[in-house]
Amino acid sequence: MTDLHSDLGLKEEDLIEMFHMMLLARYCDERQWALNRQGRAPFVVPVSGHEGAQVGSVWAFERGKDVLCPYYRDMALALAAGFTATDVFAGLFGKVSDPSSAGRQMPAHWGSRKHNIITGSSPIATQCLHAAGIAYSKKLKREDAVVGTWFGEGGTSEGDWHGAMNFAGIHTLPLVFVCENNQYAISVHESKQVAGRVYKRAMAYGFPGKEGDGNDILESYRLTKEAVDRARAGEGPSLIELRTYRFYSHTSDDDDRTYRSREEVQEWRDKDPIPRFEAYLKRAEVLDDAEVSELKERTKVEVQDGVKEAEEADFPDPATAAAGVYSDLDVQGQ
Amino acid sequence: MAIKTLIQAVHDAMLTEMRRDDRVIVLGQDVGARGGVFRATMGLMDEFGSERVIDTPLDECLIAGVAIGMALDDLRPVAEMQFADFIFPAFNQIVSEAAKIRYRSNGDFSVPMVIRAPYGGGVHGALYHSQSVEAFFAHVPGLKVVAPSTAYDAQGMLTMAIEDPDPVMFFEHKKTYRLVRDEVPDERYTISFGRAKVRREGGDVTCVSYGLLHHFCVEAAERLSHDGIEIEVIDLRSIYPLDIETVLESVAKTSKVMILYEDTKFLGLGAEVAAQIAERAMFELDAPIVRIGGPHVPAMPYSPALEHWFLPDVDRIEQEMRKLAEY
Repeated sequence: MTDLHSDLGLKEEDLIEMFHMMLLARYCDERQWALNRQGRAPFVVPVSGHEGAQVGSVWAFERGKDVLCPYYRDMALALAAGFTATDVFAGLFGKVSDPSSAGRQMPAHWGSRKHNIITGSSPIATQCLHAAGIAYSKKLKREDAVVGTWFGEGGTSEGDWHGAMNFAGIHTLPLVFVCENNQYAISVHESKQVAGRVYKRAMAYGFPGKEGDGNDILESYRLTKEAVDRARAGEGPSLIELRTYRFYSHTSDDDDRTYRSREEVQEWRDKDPIPRFEAYLKRAEVLDDAEVSELKERTKVEVQDGVKEAEEADFPDPATAAAGVYSDLDVQGQ
Repeated sequence: MAIKTLIQAVHDAMLTEMRRDDRVIVLGQDVGARGGVFRATMGLMDEFGSERVIDTPLDECLIAGVAIGMALDDLRPVAEMQFADFIFPAFNQIVSEAAKIRYRSNGDFSVPMVIRAPYGGGVHGALYHSQSVEAFFAHVPGLKVVAPSTAYDAQGMLTMAIEDPDPVMFFEHKKTYRLVRDEVPDERYTISFGRAKVRREGGDVTCVSYGLLHHFCVEAAERLSHDGIEIEVIDLRSIYPLDIETVLESVAKTSKVMILYEDTKFLGLGAEVAAQIAERAMFELDAPIVRIGGPHVPAMPYSPALEHWFLPDVDRIEQEMRKLAEY
């Protein structure tokens, strides 16, 4: 009998690195909350709970070739695509070394040409149309590249999302839509957000929609990989809905106790994707207890070093604040 | 040199750029088989195929959003909004995304995109086919906003817009499409943004405008010349960047200035030009600055009588110019 991961074409090194990325995201998240509570980080967008969905889905794409249009929750995705812990904290502190924006954007607005992550904003689902435009461009140029775009279930209410689904369907674009359905758009529950089911909407746009357990990293990978393979083969877009949960509030400025019961949060914490994958890795004899502990310790050090390095980095020089608005025009500063 | 209509110049700029550069593509509603409701893209689909000339769904937000994506992947999309009046569903994509992408990514990404939109009234277009929307976009850092009023400028500036690495809002006054015709060179050329054009020299009053009203100003100035009143008529051509230097040089000469535009007078281009004159040339002035802008009604009404009330004609502009000259 073969292992599930072998059936999926994943090697042991993949699994270990996937687990490492989940841990890295979780520890970065825990650290950024602590920094926020200490008054050292003004604003935090948490990722905890989504690591399986993010790392599993992004692992289905080819680095350096495929293009990623994520949203602000996607720290684990950004890490798996090439960001480091130092990069994350440089963004958190608003340092000039922040690869996304050199300290111009809020934290968690991921973007990097080097890592093929398209710059994102705060308005919801705008990136889905950019993904559709990029996918059209890739198809026009006959490039072997697939585009992925990520969003929450709240994002599926925006016209931009429907426009992107429509355009992707009309032009059979190499595009994979990944919905991280954590059941809450800030405080609004899915039942007040989504008529019907997200994944079923794909049918209306003429392409497949599938749902899966986002807290199962291998299932997240499997569903996305099928969609990416389909897109790469020229068969068009897919929609993957990964059901998950965020363990913390929407951001550090939110208080989820006003809209979610502690029992419900605990129920989902019991389905935490990280211990679940850890159990799989041990069961499949990819890692033993000692190796898991060693990896965890190493990742914690990686986070500590990242915080230190980012804290020591420079803030952007205010003299540069008006630079780069246009390619060729200087604008009036203060 | 050939005499062309303004719409032909717009068409030819796209045609030439599409032939020169495979990355240039056109998208919008009815731009393909129909060649655009104003015929700006006529024949392009036949020559370049439906992959490069895309009939999009009826979704302005989509048009802007996918154009941004295409530009991010190094295409050179020229998106058409069928009427400027319908651009608002695309406002978020233009303002929150296109305008901010270079700045927010610290130059890592840019959006070399053009959005063309027919604007302006005088065509019985009523509330939803007559609007001037340039002030909304000129208020947004990161966008370039231009509005040529001759065929020569339209062709040279659209060529420039397609070449420009930044997002350009390219507004075409729909009444000038076939009304205005002038000489256009056969060879390719570009006109840089941010350079106003003094169309007519004069020492008595400076008249600043663009689009359809610019042509009315030239005509009114010609009439006044018979009475010995000489108006200097400036066509701004580009709203952002704004060539205030040319305006100030003229004001230094005439000491009187009027600014004309169809867009809502309140907080419009006239307010900005007047403020900059006040900041930099207050003591050059011999008369209060005159602004003639769109009245504070939601948009241009339909009935010919009401439309005439809204949009200044040559007679009214002549009167206003005379009044200011005689101040």
